[in-house]
Amino acid sequence: MYVAVKGGETAISNAHRLMANRRRGDRNVPALSVEQIVNQLSLGVDRVMAEGSLYDPELAAMAVRQARGDLIEAIFLLRAYRTTLPRFSNARPIDTNRMRIERRVSATFKDIPGGQLLGPTFDYTHRLIDPSMAGDEAVAHPVKRERPTDESCPRVTDLLDSQGLIEADVPSNDEPGDLTREAIAYPVGREIRLQALTRGDEGFLLALGYSTQRGYGRTHPFVGEIRIGMVDVEVEVPEVGFAVCIGAIRVTECQMVSQFKGSGDSPPRFTRGYGLIFGQSERKAMAMSLVDRAMRADEFNEQRLAPAQDEEFVLEHCDNVQATGFVEHLKLPHYVDFQAELDLLRTLRREAAMASADTPMSEAAE
Amino acid sequence: MASGDPTNLAERYAALEHAVPTATPIRGPEIGMVMLRGRAGGGGAPFNLGEATVTRATVKLATGEVGHAIVLGRHLQKATIVAHLDALSQLPDWVQVIETDFVTPALAEQDAARIRQAEETEATRVDFFAMVRGED
Repeated sequence: MYVAVKGGETAISNAHRLMANRRRGDRNVPALSVEQIVNQLSLGVDRVMAEGSLYDPELAAMAVRQARGDLIEAIFLLRAYRTTLPRFSNARPIDTNRMRIERRVSATFKDIPGGQLLGPTFDYTHRLIDPSMAGDEAVAHPVKRERPTDESCPRVTDLLDSQGLIEADVPSNDEPGDLTREAIAYPVGREIRLQALTRGDEGFLLALGYSTQRGYGRTHPFVGEIRIGMVDVEVEVPEVGFAVCIGAIRVTECQMVSQFKGSGDSPPRFTRGYGLIFGQSERKAMAMSLVDRAMRADEFNEQRLAPAQDEEFVLEHCDNVQATGFVEHLKLPHYVDFQAELDLLRTLRREAAMASADTPMSEAAE
Repeated sequence: MASGDPTNLAERYAALEHAVPTATPIRGPEIGMVMLRGRAGGGGAPFNLGEATVTRATVKLATGEVGHAIVLGRHLQKATIVAHLDALSQLPDWVQVIETDFVTPALAEQDAARIRQAEETEATRVDFFAMVRGED
């Protein structure tokens, strides 16, 4: 007979009230505002938008505040929110070639058209904690320099492509699959892998990307280009019959140039991995491009031996909301499950004890 | 107007004369999402990048003109204003007003912000130079 047990309502309600109190902390310290989080913890907000798979800085900042800075909890909140909204339509693919660039670097060529623009980066800092961060010292305004008019900033991969040295993009307007709407059946197309990677956990993808560098699915990568900046979002409005720009979003794009491959038909060319992430997040864009390239093993007749090359392993484990749900459910009451295990263990031990008690007697009988 | 700052838009809208033909809501304003897309490699096949919140609104003037708006983010008032202005811009008397009072200043603000951002970025350009080795 199964007996349902209830209880804990008061404990739960008091626990949530206690949590709200701890979240607010010392009342003599001013409360954080959403504007402060959006402006001053912007990279945390970007991560929540990217892995929450919903671009809305204010909502992501509210989630960060509600989650007390636990970014995976904040990502969970944003994912839950997005399930409550209708999807009106699909935007046109963003055009990163027309990005208003805030940072752009290449590790493959020094002199590239458009130049190396460092932008707001942690690179070349000494990684020493700055004592001024303890206070609120005035911060200098950025230096400005006149921008050469109409200087183009072509993708580095396009420069290589113009000489036939790298695999070219294959333009298409195929309707992409959507893993949030359809069940996944392996093997999947690259568009599904890219969707899973761009919303995947940064830590997991970073570790997998790192594993490819250490030899588990080696691809010998170079950063062809990283660019960060604003791109316009264009949506078809059926009522007016054309596409309109509805605003702009910040994205980070990474073009990873990898080991060359050739075949009987074509001379050897560099291959590519691609990363595209909401917000400013070049670590994740780089990790994504490494893992994207590793998962393309079949296209280049590479043996799939390493975890990063196994698309089912990567796709089924890169989502931190799924992962945290399954890991964290273990702390919820499993009293009945565990009781069954305990009964089984006692039975086994009883049988083992009886068997060992029997043995000497049977020997004696011989 | 859809890309512009909602506060500035609301101020300009509030500053309009009282003789504005009123609009009645047909749909919304309502908050939803659009699925944003990228292209593999930047120029290849499309893939789903993730959604963004949007607000859309449709309004109608007494004279029958229908205005539509869809803006990025959760901005009910902004979407309603843009839809109203879209409807008004179909009236010959209003085309020029919308252009002068809304579109032109919104574009000017957008240009100023873009130039500022581009100039800040430009100051971080790496100017390479060769080191002369002092051996000879």
